[in-house]
Amino acid sequence: MKPLSCVLSGEKVEIVEIRGGRGLVTKLLNMGFYPGVKIAVVSNNGYGPLIVAKKEIRLGLGFGMAQKIFVKE
Amino acid sequence: MKKKIKIALAGNPNSGKTTVFNNLTGARQHVGNWPGVTVEKKEGSFFYEGREFDIIDLPGIYSLTSHSLDEKVARDFLLEEKPDVVVVIIDASNLERNLYLAVQLLELEVNLVLSLNMIDLVKKKGMKIDMEELSRVMNIPVIETIANKGKGMDELKAAIKSSCNQEKAVTFKIDYNNDIEKEVEKLSQVLKEKKILENYSRRWLVLKLLEQDENILEKVKKLEDKDEVTNKITETITKLEKHFGYDLETAIVQRRYAFLRGLVKECCTHVVGIKERKEITDKIDQIVTNKFLGIPIFLGLMWASFQLVFTLGSPLADLIDAFFGWVGEIISLGLTALSAPGWISSLLVDGIIGGVGSVLVFLPNILLLFLIISVLEGSGYMARAAFIMDRVMHAMGLHGKSFIPMMLGFGCNIPGIMAARTLESEKDRILTILVNPLMSCAARLPIYTLFAGVFFARHQGLVVFSLYFMGIVLAIVVARIFKSIFFKQEIAPLIMELPPYRLPQVKSVLIHMWEKGSLFLKKAGTIIFAGVIIIWVLASLPPGVEYAAKESLIGKLGSLIAPLFSLAGFGTWQAAVSLLFGIVAKEIVVGTLGTLYGVEGIGLKSVILQQFTPLSAYAFMAMSLIYVPCIAAIATIKKETNWKWTALAVGYSLILGWIVAVLIYQIGSLFI
Repeated sequence: MKPLSCVLSGEKVEIVEIRGGRGLVTKLLNMGFYPGVKIAVVSNNGYGPLIVAKKEIRLGLGFGMAQKIFVKE
Repeated sequence: MKKKIKIALAGNPNSGKTTVFNNLTGARQHVGNWPGVTVEKKEGSFFYEGREFDIIDLPGIYSLTSHSLDEKVARDFLLEEKPDVVVVIIDASNLERNLYLAVQLLELEVNLVLSLNMIDLVKKKGMKIDMEELSRVMNIPVIETIANKGKGMDELKAAIKSSCNQEKAVTFKIDYNNDIEKEVEKLSQVLKEKKILENYSRRWLVLKLLEQDENILEKVKKLEDKDEVTNKITETITKLEKHFGYDLETAIVQRRYAFLRGLVKECCTHVVGIKERKEITDKIDQIVTNKFLGIPIFLGLMWASFQLVFTLGSPLADLIDAFFGWVGEIISLGLTALSAPGWISSLLVDGIIGGVGSVLVFLPNILLLFLIISVLEGSGYMARAAFIMDRVMHAMGLHGKSFIPMMLGFGCNIPGIMAARTLESEKDRILTILVNPLMSCAARLPIYTLFAGVFFARHQGLVVFSLYFMGIVLAIVVARIFKSIFFKQEIAPLIMELPPYRLPQVKSVLIHMWEKGSLFLKKAGTIIFAGVIIIWVLASLPPGVEYAAKESLIGKLGSLIAPLFSLAGFGTWQAAVSLLFGIVAKEIVVGTLGTLYGVEGIGLKSVILQQFTPLSAYAFMAMSLIYVPCIAAIATIKKETNWKWTALAVGYSLILGWIVAVLIYQIGSLFI
């Protein structure tokens, strides 16, 4: 398990756990990003926000948020 | 008389609700390709088969739990106003997530009609959706629509009409599996016995309580006999979480999505391979959000936009200017020939043509500006701009999403201030509002264009660009300072959907440009016109005084405040009153100068050339940019915050404007 912020562009991972403030977790869950979902990292510069993809959805995520989302290969 | 029927349009952000709304009502509400264009509910109506339907367009939401002000507007309406029918606009290319909202509304037991929007894009991708199956499983009417081409609207109206005649019948239920269902059943019994919040569907209420929806929990906590219920809820949650080994809310969301995944699998067939559109979007994103290229591309786009506004706009503006000059001469000659009294000629030529005309001249620039903003909004780039700037914004104490209100502020600060509603944190929202007036709105464009055209003709674009840039830099500095004084806690992290790129719709771009242009014309005919007349009257009184002389009422008024600005290099009474009246609407700054300086024959530009130096002109432009938001913006800030923040917004901008103008003039004087 590692934070999403460490995943390189182009890699596909599965969400395991989302930590962080309750409101933001709820928001992500309802947007369809919940534990068990497979996502692809479209772009990760190593700082600044990331783009992740779940099927048709492209989501911009702040780096701080990405550090709180834990994923596995 | 039959009762009017109330219909709400709900759906995920950017699914096309406002486009459907415009189609149904004939309205021209603003649309764009980024999440959060609509932040306020908009009402309209239509007639169908002899009945009137009231229709309310709501801001986009992902669920019935709200995280920001715009979402709260939508949620509150759906929960409290009890519309007769809710039309859920579904982005058909993203069924699963869009249906997620629909099933929650079904759990709330409202009459639903599904509009499968953008169905053409789905078909183009080689996907087929089995509408009948979808309609059968969810037990609601499903209509195919292509809102931007106006297709499917009659069918939608028919479905709405027949749906509102129907009795509500709860036949749809997601199975959350035995473990959860058993507890839902038990809690429902408790709520039933206690008669708690009976105006909502009980099953929905229980699920929301188990998801720990703050708003609903709040409602329960307000009840008198709450302890037993709240204890029961906490007990159930603990029990279920122990059973799952993780968060119950996650479990509920997972099961809801699991149901939808199954449903979508059942209803959709891929005829051909997928992903063509997305690949293009990802390819563009790889370039425009690249860590080295992102910001340079953004700045380049801005630069190109300003060049377009000026190089294309200014020759047209000159033509209009020449036209007003010519009309003024004709009127003046005509009135002399008719031996009309001098004051009539002065009112028409100095006041109205000099004042209103000098503002109207800039219509081409303003149209071009809104054309560009509208293209940016329609393409999908707007959300990327926020994405690219997230890190920079963060470093300055703002949220990435704050950048969208700032960009909109370039058109007009009022929608910019409103757009801050999409920010999840209240503190981020207020900070974004406070700095928004520093974004140079279209009303300030005439001031820059006039002065830059007179003093910096060869570098007009560059000079004006520098002012816009100054606004952004100041906004960042001010935000940093306010952040450290008022809002010390952490900034909420960015979570924002990036819509697929689309070619902006020519029709909606032109409509937006025209709407903004006609708003400008309307403003010229009303508030600017009135302002100019007042100035002309004040410049002509007391009787017998020479028009626009220092001894006139307005001259005396201006002379009182003018000394304040002498350190900034524009200590003339005319400049002072133009700034004073400019608070009403920033265009009036130019209108005032036009009225006072546009004395027959000489022309506004040549007088300005005598009254200002390039340096004092630049200081004056900076002052016009920064000092005090216009009245409409002040009122909007008040509406969106409170008096305290409004007073701060007015106060800091006045002081900051003065300091910057003085610094520019004083430091500049050392070199020139």
